[in-house]
Amino acid sequence: MTLTVREALLAFRRAPLLSALSITTIAFALFVVGLFGLVALNLRRALMGVEERVEIVVYLMRGTPVEVATMAISDIQAFPEVAEVRYVTEDEALERARRELVEFQGLLGDLQVNPLPASLEISLKPGFRDTEHVRQVAERLQGFRFAEDIRYGRDWLEKLDRLRDIAGIVGLAIGAAFAVASIIIIGTTIRMGVLHRSREIAIMRLVGATDGFIRRPFLLEGALKGAAGGALAVALNYAAYVTVDRLVFDSVFYEPPQALLIVLFGTALGFAASAVSVRRHLKRI
Amino acid sequence: MIRFTNVFKAYSRNVLALRDVSFHIAKGEFVFLTGHSGAGKSTALKLIYAEEFPTSGEVRVSGYVTSQLKRSEIPRLRRRLGIVFQDFRLLEDRTAEENVAFALEVTGARRSTIGPKVMRVLAQVGLAAKALAYPRELSGGEQQRVAIARALVNDPLVLLADEPTGNLDERAARGVFQLLRDINASGTAVIMATHNLELVRQTPYRVIELQEGAVVYDSAVDEPGKGAVLP
Ligand SMILES: Nc1ncnc2c1ncn2[C@@H]1O[C@H](COP(=O)(O)OP(=O)(O)OP(=O)(O)O)[C@@H](O)[C@H]1O
Ligand SMILES: [Mg+2]
Repeated sequence: MTLTVREALLAFRRAPLLSALSITTIAFALFVVGLFGLVALNLRRALMGVEERVEIVVYLMRGTPVEVATMAISDIQAFPEVAEVRYVTEDEALERARRELVEFQGLLGDLQVNPLPASLEISLKPGFRDTEHVRQVAERLQGFRFAEDIRYGRDWLEKLDRLRDIAGIVGLAIGAAFAVASIIIIGTTIRMGVLHRSREIAIMRLVGATDGFIRRPFLLEGALKGAAGGALAVALNYAAYVTVDRLVFDSVFYEPPQALLIVLFGTALGFAASAVSVRRHLKRI
Repeated sequence: MIRFTNVFKAYSRNVLALRDVSFHIAKGEFVFLTGHSGAGKSTALKLIYAEEFPTSGEVRVSGYVTSQLKRSEIPRLRRRLGIVFQDFRLLEDRTAEENVAFALEVTGARRSTIGPKVMRVLAQVGLAAKALAYPRELSGGEQQRVAIARALVNDPLVLLADEPTGNLDERAARGVFQLLRDINASGTAVIMATHNLELVRQTPYRVIELQEGAVVYDSAVDEPGKGAVLP
């Protein structure tokens, strides 16, 4: 075991340039993947911001007693899709209209009777903020006798649905393409390292090294290169994030577990690429 | 100890490297393998260290039939053989000492035993003073001595040498050859493939000559008096 570690570390010391080159290559491959992930992360956050505005408004019939409304609220709150129900009284509605519709201030100010109905504003939990679910909830709400009208910007919701689908598909495709590209690049890089040492491998076999003995330092070396490349990629991603966040727009970075995932992805790729390369190489000799 | 029985080796349909080769080499023997270029000398050695396997016939090395060995058993066989080549095959980025130690590390030898053993064989080949030199800092003859030290460090049954003097000048070649004789004198069998007929003629050792893959002369069989030189 210590011999494996020593041999793997020696490999870095013996070919520092090649090692540095492969770590940088791996880092850039993973950087691109990570960058894509960041873009996806921030787009999703933006989309969530929009989604939060998905809301169903139930206008209550004039004269609906407050007790009835209150009971209905607790019923509605029990819907699995519902996050929150807000009761907006007639007075509050007028108040809000006065505040928000400044152009009609004069008109609204002169009113003797409040023409605005009370309403329930219902927001949904994440995952239910699409046309299908909104429609289901709205249908159920229709069953309340005091519900005069139910509103939920259908067109707008459908657009949001489409946006979400497109973002999902495009993201998956590009993400997969980048991931595959990085796998190929990392595989090639590691393979170069193995070929670089094919003479050494031949000599090892000649003096009676088992395949396992030959393989182990390579696996460790590959994993270390992958981990180092992954860590470097995260650092580069962070630099990119800081730059964008400061100069362009407010954005978010990976949570620590997500960043760790990139490093682990690199480690696993480096390990797997080494395993495949060495196995293929040993098979041929 | 090494027995070839009706060995044929074809690399492809039209390249027959060995034809019906049979011989037996005993413990402690010194044997020259001679023949023109392409006669099959290297092939015969490869069959011994299980780099290649006979197309038909049987190669037995220290009790193992090579073609019956599993891949995982071949390293075990190789650790009982010492192998030396014309081009030395040293690891360029390791010192003489490290090159020799490597052959021991591979066997999982304990660290404490490696150092003394390495120094002992380096002294045996006359290179104790150059233990810390890298191959590029050594002459061809010295590099070949390091390779021989590496071959010896596992106390092999037999030393296989494929043109060990091929890249060396007259003097260095003589030195390396003398070293092989000394090694043989201390009990290790040596099989040396060579073009150098002068060396062969000057010494009393057994000669097996190949021609186009066939044994055309074996002094142990054809001139029994000569091949019987044992230490
Ligand atoms: N790996 C191989 N694939 C195909 N043919 C081979 C291979 N190795 C050797 N041969 C052929 O087998 C024959 C014997 O080769 P071998 O290397 O055993 O000869 P040799 O006696 O060692 O020659 P030399 O003195 O030049 O080293 C030659 O015709 C050679 O071309
Ligand atoms: Mg040859």
